[in-house]
Amino acid sequence: MQEYFSLFGLPERYTLDSAQLEAAYRNVQAQVHPDRFAHRPEAERRVAMQWATLANEAFRTLKSPLNRARYLLERRGHAVEAERNTGMSHAFLMQQMEWREAAEEASGDAAELQRLQKELARDERVMLDDLKHAIDEVEDLVVATELVRRLMFMEKLRHEIDDALAQLDN
Amino acid sequence: MALLQLSEPGETPDPHQQRFAVGIDLGTTNSLVATVRHSIPECLAGDGCGVILPSVVRYQRDGKTIVGQEALAAQAADPRNTIASVKRLMGRGLADTDAGMRARYDLVDTGGMVRINTVAGPRTPVEVSSEILRVLRERAEATLGDELVGAVITVPAYFDDAQRQATKDAARVAGLNVLRLLNEPTAAAIAYGLDEAAEGIYAVYDLGGGTFDFSILRLSRGVFEVMATSGDSSLGGDDFDEALADWMHRQASGVDLDCSKSRALLVEARRVKEALTTHPEVIARVPVAADGLRELKVGLADFQQLTRELVERTLLPVRKALRDAALKVDEIQAVVMVGGATRMPHVRTAVAQLFGREPFTEIDPEKVVAIGAAIQANVLAGNRRPGEDWLLLDVIPLSLGLEMMGGLTEKIIPRNSTIPVAKAQEFTTYKDGQTAMAIHVLQGERELVQDCRSLARFELRGIPPMPAGGARIRVTFQVDADGLLSVSAREQTTGVESNVTVKPSYGLSDDEIAGMLKSGFEHASEDMQARALREQQVEAERLLEATRQALNEDAALLEADELLLVESAMSRLQQLATGTDHLAIKTGIDALSAQTGELAARRMDKAIRQALTGSRVDNLPI
Repeated sequence: MQEYFSLFGLPERYTLDSAQLEAAYRNVQAQVHPDRFAHRPEAERRVAMQWATLANEAFRTLKSPLNRARYLLERRGHAVEAERNTGMSHAFLMQQMEWREAAEEASGDAAELQRLQKELARDERVMLDDLKHAIDEVEDLVVATELVRRLMFMEKLRHEIDDALAQLDN
Repeated sequence: MALLQLSEPGETPDPHQQRFAVGIDLGTTNSLVATVRHSIPECLAGDGCGVILPSVVRYQRDGKTIVGQEALAAQAADPRNTIASVKRLMGRGLADTDAGMRARYDLVDTGGMVRINTVAGPRTPVEVSSEILRVLRERAEATLGDELVGAVITVPAYFDDAQRQATKDAARVAGLNVLRLLNEPTAAAIAYGLDEAAEGIYAVYDLGGGTFDFSILRLSRGVFEVMATSGDSSLGGDDFDEALADWMHRQASGVDLDCSKSRALLVEARRVKEALTTHPEVIARVPVAADGLRELKVGLADFQQLTRELVERTLLPVRKALRDAALKVDEIQAVVMVGGATRMPHVRTAVAQLFGREPFTEIDPEKVVAIGAAIQANVLAGNRRPGEDWLLLDVIPLSLGLEMMGGLTEKIIPRNSTIPVAKAQEFTTYKDGQTAMAIHVLQGERELVQDCRSLARFELRGIPPMPAGGARIRVTFQVDADGLLSVSAREQTTGVESNVTVKPSYGLSDDEIAGMLKSGFEHASEDMQARALREQQVEAERLLEATRQALNEDAALLEADELLLVESAMSRLQQLATGTDHLAIKTGIDALSAQTGELAARRMDKAIRQALTGSRVDNLPI
């Protein structure tokens, strides 16, 4: 399996220049996209589809800070098992419950849901900074894994709030 | 924005060297075929008629089939056998067809895709659509004086897998080589976006005869990137006709009409709707049960009042797409209007109001999709020239999921993922010695299986017997650039390839398609053997040519013994191609194809390495 960072000619680390990633992705797709091979023999079309699929998956993974961190951690032997949250601190579990309750109470109240979403997004930004520090600077992968698990919870909650807002819109 | 004049002085290719490909807009109400000639995209007119072919097929007792204007005119006279809006039935079971279609035709439930009973026997929507496509293919071949290398067929962006597959099957039955299924709004964006000044975020509002699509695209430096797409695959201009017909009927008499009069009423409603685009008031001649026709004055305000709810319904997907793309209306630079139904003034007003600006309507909304498809077809056929190196990154419109315990779905590929896309999922056995397993694939956004579209049931067989939980079967779901799904499976511990049997819920089997192809040839009195031979010979020549070119450039990527194998497969195919056995030629093609797989892979590696080491991408030959 082709490694994602090297596919785009990028150094394997958390900190990443998103403009550079996007340019590299487009460069690769310009070479491999199935549209370039629609008139070519089947063998070439098949290879093109495989590469274009890989490029899309690699881009999707590296573009999102959370997925990028997860990918990096997995490559370094720290698989983030999404279902397991036994490693989470008591304080964060309490915080989780608070957010959940707040989201439930706010259902039906668009303004309150939006406020909660902003709060989550703000906390996520702070944690992403911590994540960068943990992976690229001090290489504390245990802390990084814990942060990723928390961020995954928050992302999930934010999506649920999105869905609730979409419901209200309809 | 205007269409870019593509030809540069001295750049016009010799028309005899051009490989002709067409773009086909297979619409609910009307269909068109377009091509690029002398660098100018144009819609092709039929013999003695305009460029628009009404998507209407009439089956007759004598086995003859009539397509287009003449069939349209026969609607009221022979309503049961004259099939309009067949696109609404593509890839659908009886239960998910709309009431209007069920009332108008004799639809048969077969468990899978619905059939339509006609005097000529039952017909699948795929066959009906293929009749329309065949007429367009013949029109193009007659105009261009040559066979086509292929076609780009447009589909609503919001079409699910079954509807896309049905469209591709119809093209195959019509004898077309499908270069790509292209989403209609994306095709429109290509037609508009060729203007190099177009940079930024654009929305395409596409209200056709039977489907509504809304897509948001980002155009930058030659990349068309679909950010989000949404829609309603059973909402279109037809629904406006029906609402108006109902209302006219209630105003005029309200007494039950027979089949023929109902159809005449619908035809009249459509005429009135179209007339109201340019007139504030129209006199409708409404068929009534007893005494022929009754005149009725219909004002634009009446019509708008009646259909306001339909216009409102289009705004839901608009908001959904904006949410999915995380955009606000003021971030959309312009809205492009596509589809004949966007001619209705209140549709334009609603869109203008929502976005706070007038939408684009410069290119005829009925032709813009076919034009865009033709431009893309020309490029896909290998006629790409300097300046035409744009890249199209489209998305899957609906999430793909699997049925889990308790009737719940688990999403495996989320909507708006850029295609092609694949996802592998691991499964295990739950019984000792279990050798088979069933997987149900669904498409849709809802949590419950019953609320999603069933795409297919897959059966994995040949799993090596092991204790429960011992086998690890990795199933890969691949969505290709046409938005079509395929599945493969492998047992991880033994590496045994599991056998995947696909049972599409609303699709046709290969045997059924083969049968249709055969009857299509009989019907068109074309010699199937001769055509199959010609097709294989052309294919062999193309493969040989492509292989020669690849070896010219990159023979060095192969070891001496590998090169020898490729060369011997080439000379074998060359020899076979002079014969008359199309199956033997096919075997030769498959053999050479297998032999060149490794070369194709290494050439691709090389191209990617070059792209990343700073070579100018636009200068690399493809």
